[in-house]
Amino acid sequence: MTDALTVVIGAGHNGLVAAAYLARAGRRVLVLEAADHVGGAAVTREFAPRFRVSSVAHLTHLLDPSIIRELDLTRHGLAFAREELKSVVLNPTGEALVLDGAEIVSGPVSAADRASYAEFSARLRRLATVLGRQHGRVPPRLGWSHWREALPAAALGLDLRRLGRDDLREFLRIVTMPVYDLVEESFESPLLKGAVALDAVLGTRLGARSGNTVFSYLHRLSGAAYGRRGPALPRGGVGSVTDSLAAAARIAGASIRLSSPVEAILVEQGRVAGVRLAGGERIEARAVVSSADPKTTLLRLLGARHLEAEFAQRVHHLRATGTAAKLHLALAGLPRFTGVPAEWLGERLLLAPSATYVDQAFDHAKYRRCSDAPALEITIPTVHDATLAPDGQHVLSAIVQYAPHDVDGGWDAARGPFLERVLALLEAHAPGLRAQLLAAQLLTPADLEREFRMHGGHWHHAELTIDQALMLRPVPGAAQYAAPVAGLYLCGAGSHPGGGVIGAAGRNAARVVAEDDP
Amino acid sequence: MTRYDAIVVGAGHNGLTSAAFLARAGLRVLVLERNPYIGGATVSRELHPGWIYSNCSYVCSLLRPEIYRSLDLGRHGLQIVPYGGGVTFTRDGDVLGGYVDKEVKRREIARYSARDADAYLRYGRDVMRQCRLVRSLLMRTPPDPTSWRPRDLAELLHVAREFGKLGEAGIYDTIRFYTMSIADYLGEYFESDVVKANFAGSGIIGTALGVQSPGTAYVLLHHYMGDVDGQAGAWGFARGGMGAVSRALAGALRSHGGEVRVDAPVARIRVRGGRVVGVALENGDEFEAPVVLSALDPKRTFLGLFDASDLDARLVKCARDFKIRGSSGKLNIALDGLPSFPALGPGHPLLAGDMHFLDSLERFELAYDDWKRGTWSKDPYLDLLMPTMTDPTMAPPGKHFMSVFVQYVPHRLQGREWTDADRDAFRRTVFAQISRYSPDFEKLVVHAEVRTPQELEAEVGLTEGNIFQGELTFDQLLFNRPFPGFAQYRGPFRGMYLCGAGSHPGGGVMAAPGANAAREVLRDLRRRATVPEGWSDD
Amino acid sequence: MSSSRGHYTQVVHTTPFHSRTARANVLNVWHRWRDHTVADAYFDVSLEYTALRNACAVFDISPMTKHRISGPDALEYLNRLVTRDVARIRPGRVGYCVWCDDRGQVIDDGTLFHVEPGVYRLCSQERQLDWLSRSALGFDVAIREETEEVAALALQGPTSCAVLRALGLSGVESLVPFAMRSYAFAGGELLVSRTGFTGDLGYELWTGNAQAEALWDALFEAGRLHGIRPMGTHALEMARIEAGFIQAGVDFLPADRAVRTDRTRSPFELDLAWLVDFAKPNFTGRRALLEEERRGPRFRLVRLDVEGNKPAKDAYVYDDRRNVIGAVTSALWSPMAKASIALASVRMPWGRPTDELWAEIYYQKELKWSRLNARCRVVTGPFYAPERRRQTPPADF
Repeated sequence: MTDALTVVIGAGHNGLVAAAYLARAGRRVLVLEAADHVGGAAVTREFAPRFRVSSVAHLTHLLDPSIIRELDLTRHGLAFAREELKSVVLNPTGEALVLDGAEIVSGPVSAADRASYAEFSARLRRLATVLGRQHGRVPPRLGWSHWREALPAAALGLDLRRLGRDDLREFLRIVTMPVYDLVEESFESPLLKGAVALDAVLGTRLGARSGNTVFSYLHRLSGAAYGRRGPALPRGGVGSVTDSLAAAARIAGASIRLSSPVEAILVEQGRVAGVRLAGGERIEARAVVSSADPKTTLLRLLGARHLEAEFAQRVHHLRATGTAAKLHLALAGLPRFTGVPAEWLGERLLLAPSATYVDQAFDHAKYRRCSDAPALEITIPTVHDATLAPDGQHVLSAIVQYAPHDVDGGWDAARGPFLERVLALLEAHAPGLRAQLLAAQLLTPADLEREFRMHGGHWHHAELTIDQALMLRPVPGAAQYAAPVAGLYLCGAGSHPGGGVIGAAGRNAARVVAEDDP
Repeated sequence: MTRYDAIVVGAGHNGLTSAAFLARAGLRVLVLERNPYIGGATVSRELHPGWIYSNCSYVCSLLRPEIYRSLDLGRHGLQIVPYGGGVTFTRDGDVLGGYVDKEVKRREIARYSARDADAYLRYGRDVMRQCRLVRSLLMRTPPDPTSWRPRDLAELLHVAREFGKLGEAGIYDTIRFYTMSIADYLGEYFESDVVKANFAGSGIIGTALGVQSPGTAYVLLHHYMGDVDGQAGAWGFARGGMGAVSRALAGALRSHGGEVRVDAPVARIRVRGGRVVGVALENGDEFEAPVVLSALDPKRTFLGLFDASDLDARLVKCARDFKIRGSSGKLNIALDGLPSFPALGPGHPLLAGDMHFLDSLERFELAYDDWKRGTWSKDPYLDLLMPTMTDPTMAPPGKHFMSVFVQYVPHRLQGREWTDADRDAFRRTVFAQISRYSPDFEKLVVHAEVRTPQELEAEVGLTEGNIFQGELTFDQLLFNRPFPGFAQYRGPFRGMYLCGAGSHPGGGVMAAPGANAAREVLRDLRRRATVPEGWSDD
Repeated sequence: MSSSRGHYTQVVHTTPFHSRTARANVLNVWHRWRDHTVADAYFDVSLEYTALRNACAVFDISPMTKHRISGPDALEYLNRLVTRDVARIRPGRVGYCVWCDDRGQVIDDGTLFHVEPGVYRLCSQERQLDWLSRSALGFDVAIREETEEVAALALQGPTSCAVLRALGLSGVESLVPFAMRSYAFAGGELLVSRTGFTGDLGYELWTGNAQAEALWDALFEAGRLHGIRPMGTHALEMARIEAGFIQAGVDFLPADRAVRTDRTRSPFELDLAWLVDFAKPNFTGRRALLEEERRGPRFRLVRLDVEGNKPAKDAYVYDDRRNVIGAVTSALWSPMAKASIALASVRMPWGRPTDELWAEIYYQKELKWSRLNARCRVVTGPFYAPERRRQTPPADF
């Protein structure tokens, strides 16, 4: 049995991380990928002739450094075109606000705000460190039949206690709050509030006034645990992360089969026996580790009938409806954003002039409509990485919120008008941009679902809110990576610690697999 | 100058409760009230000749039975009368009735969805599990989770034990319950939008959040955890209006030798050498006491009764940031007769219940969006009741009093004060919704009092007109209420205490904050513990 | 459910047999079985009980919850739902089963009728539509509650077979326990199953509402010479306890109604281990039950023969060192066994046949209360189990 196969479903970053670690542990590993290339949703693709872009996530800010180190990703080609990007908050009426970590570099903010922001950032990064410290751990269970089982929960409790009295109090106070309330009590400048609010809701189906958005902001900052101040831009796009992971996995001995979509996870006598591919081919395996999202893995590939009823219901009720779209523009030249000096164009540009703006953008999504005035996170990666576009030409990549997966009337009808609305909005902030436009691609959540096989087109595989985080992610009963069917494991962003190209889910899952079945 | 053992600022129900317990323990107690009448927001007022209005709070379901019994409120004239059920009217002329008999209720829900009718039992079970957990904490002082003091650790252990009773899955469900939206939570039980809407209202009453916002599931609980005569979750009226509650509490206070002075607005809580020495009234009168309890909301207490320079800057910031946004208003209406509600028909038992007119979650959310934009909901959530259907003493024979709670109503309209024209437009919005379901309602109106958060603030003194003395979201609950580090009723000075609904466990005419604060005072004075703790439910 | 807006004006409904049961119910005492009425007793409980054990008695079981389950995945669905192997319940057969939540705690027990190939009827004490529907995720199955569409009577007792034969149901004597057969009756269908809740020879008769009154009349006409009597809930309860059958809400708390999660019981704790088939690869509760099998259950359901003649209702159960180890859930003085008998739930490891247990009984005679510590013997098997309950064909008693 020892050389029986371990199958990993999906060659996204988490699947590849799991495969690499499992192969290094001496297992025979086969990664099955539906697409004809590796990467999953962490991929660089050509979206217009000779223009390439990170198709979904376009920055990495949480990538676990221990994975980079242990898998020697730098040797396998991972390089960053820029690290610790600043944030530039576009200002419709003048000079943009530039943030660099906890520091306000420039912009129209008061001295009071500068001081508050420094203190705010420092404190939130301390709090976020507690979350970041959990990334590399298997989430604790909260029911124990033996004291030893209580240790992981005690470790989490101790991490919280170690914050000290003031920080712990602040953590317990703000963690469930709407980010709107937090920025209202912290700052005066609308731009500053908008920037924090957007970071709190990126990729979620939450508005600035929704509860729990401080938690999602803390998650975004949790890279602070690794000492990071800001996101990074991988050279060659985010696809280079997964390319290097694939190389590491292959070196470690894992095989990767492309164009091999898994159609079903096979169960025999109550345990996983292998997988069946779309063509009907059966592959026997001792363990199946799925980086697909939880609903796809458990309800579609495995099937609810192989689960117990309440557990299946929990998975059924997992909230995973994407509201973020991705915009890619091929541009004949570098656009000019009002109020942004050229030197900042390579930074992360945020179109979120106020927390209210972000919140109102969400209001439409509540009624299954696209935002009238969406909020955007924009990067122009070609400023730092000329490999992505022809000489002198540029790529603009933006996350656009909100674009609900379940838009009324369907995306076929909604796509055109929404793209037009976003382009008009960009034109307003970057006059002349439309004249530079060579090609545009809008990936709606419906496209993301179809192209990347993510249920509901949700970037993080499932909403990252407190009720779906840590020991509740994706659902109780599968939060420690092992699904309740022997031999099946989850290793995707739907598991702890969630989305954001972290890789920790794959690494943790590999460890659980190894412990279960050494 | 007169000396007392303890002075309570504000004669609302919590202030009176604290005072009554302290007097009962033998302290010389004085309650000072700004208004010419006692009760705060727990009042019965004759605002139109012959009609008694419960013009602020209007139902009495959360008042802790332990307190009722300890203070012998029955002897002091309080009688709680349960009333039957609630009803949601649908736009297509039907209703969803919340009948008390569970089989009738099941058949009623089954008219919308047979599955939902059955799921209701599961819903009731799960909500009751949460109620039990919270109820076990109501009559206790929240532990400070950052402290290593034996008492806090013991209390944390108590909480942990209560959690443990839920079992592993139950613990997960509890965390989810506290952090989910009422819309998502209901979605795990029900498929019919009308059924969901019927239950959603409790999740947003008095709360500046929409049904889709995480954190609203808990608020629902806040309205379910009461009991009337041992029937959990039942709602009741105080016979004679809510003023009967404060009258009974004042009666209990006086029977133990306590005093109440009305028309006595407190200007300052006086502090010397780090400890409280008394209070000064606006007219300059001073009273001395080593113990002062404030039943005012935390904002008003710290920003109004002290010099900011006396307070720690952190505390001032906490008080400033305390969320106490007004989100609801009220119409109190004298009616010349019983309005008809054709969807129910004459003589229907649910005419005595509370009526709601939002039949979809989307309408709830839209109502919230109006509030966010700084205006009252154009299609608001109403909680409409005619207490006179149950308690005929509140109006002349054959006439009726109607209490209409309105969610959402902002404290200010896009940043400006309400004008009379605004108030009238707001009244017309509410009348229009009622008239749609009761065509003859408007011509029966004899008098209507319109209360926006501004009136509530001006008259009762609740900052921004928030009915709970501060919002009931997790950041302001338990050890976070009102702010971290001040959740054990003690203020920043020796002898100073908070006893209002701004402290744990919050608003809703529970009287628990008042009782808990009194317990802490007695503890500090090393008096015998005479304030009851909660009754076990096992 | 067909229910008009005015339904609130009548809270409790009558069963399809009401015109007949009302006429027979000279005591006019009714029991509310959720939202229907059935007789507690018609004339005299002991006569009804005696009829059941010596001739035959008829009990109106129409309010029992019934669900119809069909569709291509019906078998697979049911096998995931209940703990036993449903594939063994062939068409025309009935199986007793329990179903659990994910924690392996019993939600309810009931009888599963394999009405025709791939079509099942599940009869249970509690309403189950929510649980059955939620369990159906991922299965192609149709579930419909049909409680109010089916009229049903239990005909139990030694002469019950003779009565059915007199009714003209040919071949009914060949029905073995847990078998059923369909007959044409009064323009409709009459399904006869050899099932019951009395531990005696007996049948349950299922028909349409339109046939209900005709069935009652025909049955009493056919039974006239066989000592037939209507029977109420009190007599049935006596027979139920004698047979050692458990009842939801009495001997165990349905897991999906439990507010206090530690109050529920697993099948092992209800002496129903024989219903748990771990050979099935998946059913709801399997993982928890496997774990429980490894760890050992917390409680044991025991049948107690209580010394003396005082019914041990609501008694605490003690071990021989006067420690409380459990409580009686059902008890009565059994006229057939001439013994005070009880069902009790006791903590493990107690309840072994050799354990000396005591019941603390409070009873009153003419308003004077007395306390009694009665020695209890653990009985294996039912208190009353006549051979005829299994005999096929049944003899003419």
